[in-house]
Amino acid sequence: MVIFKHEMKQGKTALIVWTAAISFMIGICIMIYPEMSSQMGEVSDMFAGMGSFSQAFGMDKINFGEFAGFFSVECGNVLGLGGAFFAAMLGISALAKEEKEHTAEFLLAHPVSRAKIISGKLFAITAQIAILNIVVIAVTVFSVIAIDIDVPVKTLALLFIAYFLMQFETAAVTFCISAFLSHSGFGAGIALAAVFYFLNIVANLTEQAEILKYITPFGYTEGADIIMNDAINGKYFASGIIFTIAGIILAFWRYQRKDIL
Amino acid sequence: MKAITTNHLAKYYGKSRGIVDISFSVDEGDFFGFIGSNGAGKSTTIRILLGLITATSGLAEIFGQDVKKHKTSILRKIGYMPSEASLYSSMRVKDIICLSAGLRKMDCKAEAQKLCNRLELDTSKKIRELSLGNRKKVCIVCAMQHKPELYILDEPASGLDPLMQHEFYSILKERNKEGATIFLSSHILSEIQRYCKHAAIIREGKLLLSDSVERLGHTGVKRITLQGVDSIPRLEHIKDVKAEQGTISFLYSGEPVLLLKALSILPITDITVTEPDLEEVFMHYYAKEKDGYGNI
Repeated sequence: MVIFKHEMKQGKTALIVWTAAISFMIGICIMIYPEMSSQMGEVSDMFAGMGSFSQAFGMDKINFGEFAGFFSVECGNVLGLGGAFFAAMLGISALAKEEKEHTAEFLLAHPVSRAKIISGKLFAITAQIAILNIVVIAVTVFSVIAIDIDVPVKTLALLFIAYFLMQFETAAVTFCISAFLSHSGFGAGIALAAVFYFLNIVANLTEQAEILKYITPFGYTEGADIIMNDAINGKYFASGIIFTIAGIILAFWRYQRKDIL
Repeated sequence: MKAITTNHLAKYYGKSRGIVDISFSVDEGDFFGFIGSNGAGKSTTIRILLGLITATSGLAEIFGQDVKKHKTSILRKIGYMPSEASLYSSMRVKDIICLSAGLRKMDCKAEAQKLCNRLELDTSKKIRELSLGNRKKVCIVCAMQHKPELYILDEPASGLDPLMQHEFYSILKERNKEGATIFLSSHILSEIQRYCKHAAIIREGKLLLSDSVERLGHTGVKRITLQGVDSIPRLEHIKDVKAEQGTISFLYSGEPVLLLKALSILPITDITVTEPDLEEVFMHYYAKEKDGYGNI
């Protein structure tokens, strides 16, 4: 609990800044929806005619005239990409930053097992991602009430669950990498989140690259799939669970054996 | 019971040498100095004792318990002060001290306050605002506030001003009198000589010797100072020659009779024979070109 509280305090400023930025952008997106919805028929036709570009972002299968379609693309990219960057930043700096700044020596000279330190840090990361998503959900609810429209609650709930799990998987993978590093891998963490995002774009472009959907956590956050099937893709999601569990197990295994120099 | 025991301890970082074959022990209640130059292996040994790194081979025990198997229970008995004093820069001093106590699941507020008063530490400041000396003081409070049975201190006094060094060693002496064991590494040999009962010298990862500080000074070497001469006597076993106007000083480890014979023909006005201080002993063991008395 001490480690958890300590991590939450250490990450407080970053959490506030990222949450405020993502929530603000999502709020703005939703507030401009009524204005845009009247022109959405034309926008949807335009996207449908843009070929590969629309296909890359899954916009060829989505009806922009509907709130779910609009939300999954506009807000999904903000929460998806922004949330992934935030999660990657948390994960990659969790263990490596302590070694880079030599605070690991201070921490590990106390009578706390490394397993407890890893658990405390992991719970803190999960809590921070959860807080960001809860605030974003709250802003979404208030914004939707403010513009007074009917929304498909189940679809939105599935989108939010998928985004949360994607962020958690990104955090777990970068947390695992962090356990192997002895210097800050901040750039590598952010780059990995960006690579995940672009792998999904490539997978959208051609069916031959479908395997990439099993690798990137963005595979199961695809708005078009969730809206059309009213469900998260089970195969991609299961693959994501495997990566998440493997990442966490590997992080525990490595950090408990690691020399702190 | 022994507070610390190491037996043929070795650590390699890939092919690089950390320590090679370190065997020594520290009695409970001892005030033990660990002497060595930069890169000699002092910090590597300390890190193995704390479980921060794993030894390649050999055994390390604290209070009879293997440091690998009983790390957490051992760390409860230890107060550790790292050499670099790296702390969370955005935190306030009082929060770091509180975090350290919290990690030990102890309420150390009263003792922490006493230590902060003695060390004149402002607890409201952020770590990033502190000088090295003040960050060292924070580390001292964190290492001492829970009154551990064993203090492991890596270069503790570096960065502290002379007054604070004096206060710091006063606290250590008090804790030692109360029964705590002190194990400290230092470059400041005069401090080891002044405060420690026993000491060990480490060089290039190998332990050169471990003995009482008093006996370490008795190496068979004498510092000879001659007044009224400008050149050294023609003798073997002479080292560390220092010459000033009309004064010659050197370390001598040969036969006394040969020295007296050589001196009898020189126009000496005064002669002083003293035991070398610990610094000279240290230099003696660190001399690269070993002669008759350089070997152990």
